[in-house]
Amino acid sequence: MSIKVRIPTPLQKLTKDKADVLAEARDIRELIENLEKNFPGIKSRLCDEKGGLRRFINIYVNEEDIRFLNLDKTLLKDGDEVSIIPAIAGGAK
Amino acid sequence: MNLRDDQIERYSRQIILPNVGGKGQEKLLKAKVLIIGAGGLGSPCALYLASAGIGRIGIVDSDAVELNNLQRQILHATKDVGRPKVESAKERLCAINTDIEIIPYKLRLTSENILDIIKEYNIIVDGSDNFPTRYLVNDACVFSKKPLSHGGIFRFDGQAITIIPGVSACYRCLFPEPPPPGLVPSCQEAGILGAVAGVIGTIQANEVLKYILGVGNLLAGKLLVFNALDSSFRQVKVPRDSKCPICSENPTITKLIDYEEFCQLRRKESNEA
Ligand SMILES: [Zn+2]
Repeated sequence: MSIKVRIPTPLQKLTKDKADVLAEARDIRELIENLEKNFPGIKSRLCDEKGGLRRFINIYVNEEDIRFLNLDKTLLKDGDEVSIIPAIAGGAK
Repeated sequence: MNLRDDQIERYSRQIILPNVGGKGQEKLLKAKVLIIGAGGLGSPCALYLASAGIGRIGIVDSDAVELNNLQRQILHATKDVGRPKVESAKERLCAINTDIEIIPYKLRLTSENILDIIKEYNIIVDGSDNFPTRYLVNDACVFSKKPLSHGGIFRFDGQAITIIPGVSACYRCLFPEPPPPGLVPSCQEAGILGAVAGVIGTIQANEVLKYILGVGNLLAGKLLVFNALDSSFRQVKVPRDSKCPICSENPTITKLIDYEEFCQLRRKESNEA
């Protein structure tokens, strides 16, 4: 199953500047593994050393935050759109 | 409060709006709004709020205007380079609207001074450019139960959310902790298109106006995500987090924190985007 994933600007270095990528996955855990396979380094930006999601970056399935669904066990279905949204603070200095 | 003839004339294009009227204009003239940062976000926000007749606008910024600010910080002019930003901001805003009061705060917000400053205001606008200030402002607004319009920009991305403490999610419900050093792109890598700051700063002004007028739906419990490259606006849901470190029933944070500036390249004092 192909899921469209929106990549935020700070992570687009890892996806060769692509803002949208496709991933094969049935749930978020598989999605992260699939992204890591295609874009090495992305997993460590999303997850900490223990595998938990980082506290300043969120993953949404459509418009729902997976922290309020089933975390990385949140299931995906055809047509779902996943967005990765990090905290941003400006940086225009 | 009775509107004077010149006020009716000045604000006529918004007074004729069915949701505003003379009553709405009086609310705006009585309102007190604090804008944190006279930079990329604070500039458009302050310009629209001053034009709309917000009676008192406080502006916090510790910096002086630099030439490279002018590309996006539209409050300031070339002649202002070297002046404190709060000074040039005040001059510009008073030139637009003689009817309102501008209070400059040339300082950097800390856990020591923030509660005292925000307590005078009805709603706070965060246009700062760094995580330590953003978390400090969120926490202070939660403690003081002050509504907060949060806006952030990074290159071609923008975000905005409005926080009504005790009612809607706070910034820590959304992102519980700031990123540690090294995990965010360095400031050298960052950059911003002025218009992106303009979009988000203007959305923040609009949120403030809606809040004061009591009209429409705020971006409360919703994060607005803007991407300038594909001109897209999306919203995601932001529920209150029952485990929020600060606004839940059992908070783990009970006093203000001064986080260390994590960007090694910009240690100098600054509050604005
Ligand atoms: Zn919260």
